[in-house]
Order: sequence, then structure tokens, then C-alpha cells
Amino acid sequence: MATAAKTPVTEAGQSANRGSWPLWEVFVRSARGLSHVHAGSLHAPDAEMAVRNARDLYTRRNEGVSLWVVPASAIVASDPDAKGAFFESPQGKDYRHAMYYKKSEGVKHL
Amino acid sequence: MATQTDARELHAVPSEEDQAGQAYFDRIIAEDSRIEPSDWMPEAYRKTLVRQISQHAHSEIIGMQPEANFITRAPSLKRKAILMAKVQDEAGHGLYLYSAAETLGTPREELFDQLLTGRAKYSSIFNYPALTWADMGAIGWLVDGAAIVNQVPLCRASYGPYGRAMVRICKEESFHQRQGFEILLELANGTPAQKQMAQDAINRFYAPALMMFGPNDDASPNSQQSMRWNIKRFSNDELRQRFVGMIQEQVKVLGLTLPDDKIRFNEETGQWEHGELDWNEFYEVLKGRGPCNAQRMERRREAHENGAWVREAASAYAAKQAQKAQVA
Ligand SMILES: [Fe+2]
Ligand SMILES: [Fe+2]
Repeated sequence: MATAAKTPVTEAGQSANRGSWPLWEVFVRSARGLSHVHAGSLHAPDAEMAVRNARDLYTRRNEGVSLWVVPASAIVASDPDAKGAFFESPQGKDYRHAMYYKKSEGVKHL
Repeated sequence: MATQTDARELHAVPSEEDQAGQAYFDRIIAEDSRIEPSDWMPEAYRKTLVRQISQHAHSEIIGMQPEANFITRAPSLKRKAILMAKVQDEAGHGLYLYSAAETLGTPREELFDQLLTGRAKYSSIFNYPALTWADMGAIGWLVDGAAIVNQVPLCRASYGPYGRAMVRICKEESFHQRQGFEILLELANGTPAQKQMAQDAINRFYAPALMMFGPNDDASPNSQQSMRWNIKRFSNDELRQRFVGMIQEQVKVLGLTLPDDKIRFNEETGQWEHGELDWNEFYEVLKGRGPCNAQRMERRREAHENGAWVREAASAYAAKQAQKAQVA
């Protein structure tokens, strides 16, 4: 399986092209007032078909009131090899959290 | 990333990066956390997952056939609508799983090709015929029921996209099992002939449903590795016994029986026991010599070929629109 070693970049894999059908990542807003959340991916020839397929595939039970489809190739991800390094800066900066401040414990409405 | 992969193939001695990757992978597994697509993973882990997830996807797709055959023969409009919704769900399950498999780097076309050329396997249960309306009940209750017992622990599989697909699938499966059970319940409370039809369906699907959990533990060498990788959480026999315990209770509600007089609860082991299964039959069906293998594959190929013009037309339309947009 020669293709097995390819490492995809986005969730659903950059290498995946179904013939000429691009891969789309699907985001669903489950109710008004909530963010769109990644639901999965699908292949479709164009944006319009991607939205229709996303409706059939990810909202068969009223799971959504709004859909986004994004070409998987348009997603820019942080470097997976950087692992911790890229996200390290908040480490040791507990003072960014309210929990850090102990002396004010017990003071009302604070 | 591509250059690293090449380097990996050239050197028999693991590179520094591979060693670091392996250490990171081992830590994630030890913490019972999740591996994501862009993480380093051992080739064997990747291969195992592609095989398991794609076989699972193929099973969902092939599994549409026995029930789709009954859509035009459903006894009422309500039953027809329910059956269509279920078959549509199975198509959805197949697509969630193909997407998950693709994140491991194998393109969908290749996965389709493996199925259509007979290189990939799918669950042997779908190579048994559905003969009567009661079979729609037995399939929902026993086949989807066994699938649920198998799939619930897979929601915690160590590979993120697989686990997430399984969560979605499991939510939908419970309706499948209940609608099946209710078909049997209605028949069981119907005329003597209807009751007999329900019993007959259970008799035929019982053993094949138990075999869905795979060979006995001592004949399933890959299971151990899958459990170490946190892909599998329970052994084939554990899951099978759990399932027997559930259905031996449920069948009483139907007022019917399971075709197995060896079912008993072993107080010492705390496990349900059942009669010996015919593993020869299992391997025969797996090798392609089951009652419906040829028919299922032929139907799948036919559907794929008949759909070619739709796929081509959609691509052509998309290309034309893209060109128009460029000109304008
Ligand atoms: Fe399913
Ligand atoms: Fe199902």
C-alpha cells in the first residue's frame, strides 16, 4: 500500500482527491447562538453539491440550522511537528487565570 | 513531511525522528489519549486502522442491500419510510467511515477499488439472504444489535477520527435495533403463521449474528495488538458473551426463543455461555462461498458503474462553472 505512508495535513487528509472531486470539511451550527462545529468531511464536485451533500450526510436528524463547507485544501493548520513548542508560551503563566489569585478568596462578588 | 517519510523508508535503523515519534505515540497510548491524523504513528498501526475502518465502511455499504431489497415490499407506508431512513443511515455510516479511513492517507478511490475488485473484505453477515419481512426484524434486532455491542467500545478507539465517526454512528444505531425489535414484536403477537415467520427469522440469523464478533479469542491473533493500541477495548469472546446475555433476556419479551439450548449463565466466570458456532461456515462465507457473496458484489459493481455518468456529469458541470467564473 504505497499511499499509506502519506501524511495528511487536515483532518480528512490533504492527499484525498476523489478523482477530480475535491474534499470539503463540514461545519454545523446545531442551534442559534452556538458556533459552527466541525462535523466531518465529504467529497463533492463543487460548493453547491458540497452543501447539499453535507445536509444529507450530517443533518438527517435536525442536527443543524446552518452549514459551512470549506475546501480542505484551504485550511491552514499549525505545524504538527512543532507539538508543544508552538503552544508553550502560556505555560508558567498561571496568572492569566482567576484561580491564580488566592488572597482574594472569600471576598464576595469578586 | 514527505521527505521524512522517504527517509524512513531508506533507513532500516529507526531515525531519530522515528524514535521521538514512537516515544510520543507510546506516551499518548499509555495516557489513553487520542492519536490524530497529523501525528507520527507506527506503520503497522496505520495499516491496521486503514484495514479495519475501510472494512467497516464496506460493511455499511454492502449492508444496505438485504434491507433495500425490501423497501418496495414493506407492509405499510410507515414501515417503508422507516426502512428507507435506516438504509439511508447505513449509507451515511459508510461515508463517515470512508472519511475517517482517508485521514490515514489512503484515497477514497483506492478504498472503493479494493472493495470492487474483491481485495477488501466486509462483514460476512451480509452474505446471508433476507427471505421474509420478518428478516427485517431479525436484522435490526440481532445484526444491528451485535453491531452496537461491537461499536460502543470503538467510540473510545485511540484513533480520533475513527472514534468520532463511531460516536455519530452509535447514536443512529439504536433506532435501527428498536425498529427491528418492534417488527418482530408485532409479528410475534400476530397470527400463528406470523409468529412462526418471526421465529424462523431469528433461527436463521442467530448464529451468523454471533459470528459477527469474529473468531474465538485463541483464533484471533491480531486482537491482542489492537487491544494494546487501544483500538479494541474488549476481546471478541467477551463482546459475544455480553451480547448473548442481552438477547436471551430480550427474546422473552418477544415470547420467542433462541435456537441454542446451551445458553446459560456461568456463576463462576460471571459470563454468559452459548453453543458451539460453526466456524467452518464462517470461513467459507469469508472466502466468498456464502449464499449471497456473488450477488452482493455484482450488485455493488453494477451500482458503481451505473452511477458513473452521474459522477462524470457533476464533474463536467463543476469544471464548466469554474471556467465561466474565471472568464467573468
Ligand atoms: Fe450502520
Ligand atoms: Fe444499522
